[in-house]
Amino acid sequence: MQSKFEQGIGYIARWGRKGCDVMEALGRAGLFLGQSAVGVPSREGWSLWLRQMHFVGVLSLAIVVVSGLFIGMVLALQGYTILVDFGAEQALGQMVALSLLRELAPVVAALLFAGRAGSALTAEIGLMKATEQLTSMEMIGVDPLRRIIAPRLWAGFVSLPILTVGFSVVGIWGGYLVGVEWLGVFEGSYWSNMQASVSFIGDVGNGIIKSLVFAVVVTWIAVFQGYDLMPTSEGISRATTRTVVYSSLAVLGLDFVLTAVMFGGL
Amino acid sequence: MKRSKTMEFGVGLFMLAGIVGLIFLGLRVSGLSLATSSETFHLDANFSNIGGLKPRSRVTMAGVTVGRVESINLDTEWFDARVTLRLNNDLEGQLSEDTTAAILTSGLLGEQYIGLSVGGAPEVLEDGDTIRDTQSALVLEELIQQFVSNMASN
Amino acid sequence: MTDVPFIEIEDVHFSRGSHEIFRGISMIIPQGNVTAIMGPSGTGKTTLLKLIGGQLTPDRGRIIVDGQDVHRLSRKALFALRKRMGMLFQSGALFSDLDVFENVAFPLRVHTDLPDAMIRDLVLLKLQAVGLRGARHLTPAELSGGMARRVALARAIALDPELILYDEPFVGQDPISMGVLVQLIKRLNQALELTSVVVSHDIKETLSIADYLYLLADGQVVAEGTPQALNANQDPRVSQFVHGEPDGPVPFHYPAETLYSDILGPVTATRAG
Repeated sequence: MQSKFEQGIGYIARWGRKGCDVMEALGRAGLFLGQSAVGVPSREGWSLWLRQMHFVGVLSLAIVVVSGLFIGMVLALQGYTILVDFGAEQALGQMVALSLLRELAPVVAALLFAGRAGSALTAEIGLMKATEQLTSMEMIGVDPLRRIIAPRLWAGFVSLPILTVGFSVVGIWGGYLVGVEWLGVFEGSYWSNMQASVSFIGDVGNGIIKSLVFAVVVTWIAVFQGYDLMPTSEGISRATTRTVVYSSLAVLGLDFVLTAVMFGGL
Repeated sequence: MKRSKTMEFGVGLFMLAGIVGLIFLGLRVSGLSLATSSETFHLDANFSNIGGLKPRSRVTMAGVTVGRVESINLDTEWFDARVTLRLNNDLEGQLSEDTTAAILTSGLLGEQYIGLSVGGAPEVLEDGDTIRDTQSALVLEELIQQFVSNMASN
Repeated sequence: MTDVPFIEIEDVHFSRGSHEIFRGISMIIPQGNVTAIMGPSGTGKTTLLKLIGGQLTPDRGRIIVDGQDVHRLSRKALFALRKRMGMLFQSGALFSDLDVFENVAFPLRVHTDLPDAMIRDLVLLKLQAVGLRGARHLTPAELSGGMARRVALARAIALDPELILYDEPFVGQDPISMGVLVQLIKRLNQALELTSVVVSHDIKETLSIADYLYLLADGQVVAEGTPQALNANQDPRVSQFVHGEPDGPVPFHYPAETLYSDILGPVTATRAG
């Protein structure tokens, strides 16, 4: 009996300790974000940022655009088979556009971004840490938070919303290809139904706000995991996995919260 | 140096693509028009039942879209729906005073919109005027009820 | 050579978690000399360098560099002090996204407003000093370990520092690059009149360049002196290290029960712990 009681206490204590660890890590991550995001923009910072924009944004464009095209096409195909039963296939444009703008584009683009750019950021920064580049930069008298982390953070913040817009545009075009060109939905009703139901502020705007939130979260997780990892090869591979897992979960969870606030009438 | 120039160009193109995409989403997808409010005018219309009409629904005349529903409020004086319409400027001073506004449905399950048809009165509606002659939305339950009671009385 | 102290380490305690790394060490590192800090692996030699560089803070005690208490400085003053220090890392720690030239130019670009032409001349001079002027367009990935360390040395002296900290400069080097590095450290120390601190466990090379040595073990300074004095030291801990004897005060065996009881004792006894 006694031992079981003690076991229970030990269990609770372990949970408590774990909770403390999590809170501590969150605090550290928050300080980290605060210290690095407020870099004073300089001419040099600009060129560093540009370099990261290329790495984080431009190079992710291909995968995002191709995925967007296919998701738009699949949406149109599935939507058509359902809507045609109700004789409402003119509403296809509305369905494709709303599901892309409100949900799919921000979420899928963020997930792809976490896999493509986030993991690469973690690995890159982790490798810099493992090869003492961050320490040596500090010894030279340059703050690595400013020089290494800040440009990457800001590149991520800016890139993901742009990628999300690209995803939506290409997806809507893919829906048009399948719905109008292939399945024969009347072109006029594809666009006019869309225009009648999509509100720029309510749908496009909220989608972009979502993607901004995801951009901050995913980039933050990726960069912090890289900065905070154990500088060994095992540590790097574990941190890379953690980046993808944590950011995917964070994106999906936050998406529910944001949707509830924006569209759920809360 | 050359590599960084092409990189800068790529990033510039990337940002530009984002802006163009946003413009596309604004104009083509959500149907914003570059025409500003100075080129439109407002009319009000009271309906006893608007059915499924929503803000931003179309306002048509002979099937041609001439404007949109701007807002829908409950008129607490008469307890009916007060719908504000925003119409293209070229109709200002053209619609006769006895113009009727009806809430119609496109198809059986389609969206609801407002159809305007002109009357013959010499006076015309100006910005801010109210359309008197309105026809409410058809509500399926009411129709069935009517049908059943007609059958019963026969 | 003067005997003015450049670094004073006073009774420094430092622990990581429950593991005590330093239990009160004191050293004086005079200006213009090569001072070596030696000791077996895991005695916290690298940690000591990080304490001097202000990247870690001791639990107790002070470290004074050129009259300034490193851990009492503001962030700005600390970064200003670091400009006067160069540090050579074990792995070289070259920035992987810059080529050799830009790596050496990096400290000059961030800390000075020199025109490009002058930076170019300075960088080429530093690279000439380490014999790698011809390798300026290579990326760090294309360099051998020894070359990377020489480039890192050129970067460390780019700002003409007054102090260079060498972290295990000889580890994993073939005899030729080892010889090159030994000579470079010696020559740089004489030519630039700077203070050098070398952390190492390579006895032969370190004895050949150091003016004065400290031997660390168990978180304390166990011996100090000139190379000759240390070579002649009769303390078993010192002579084991200096002469590389496999068994001695630092035991060959990791602490364990006797082999006899481990093999023949009851099996459960080893599991119980």
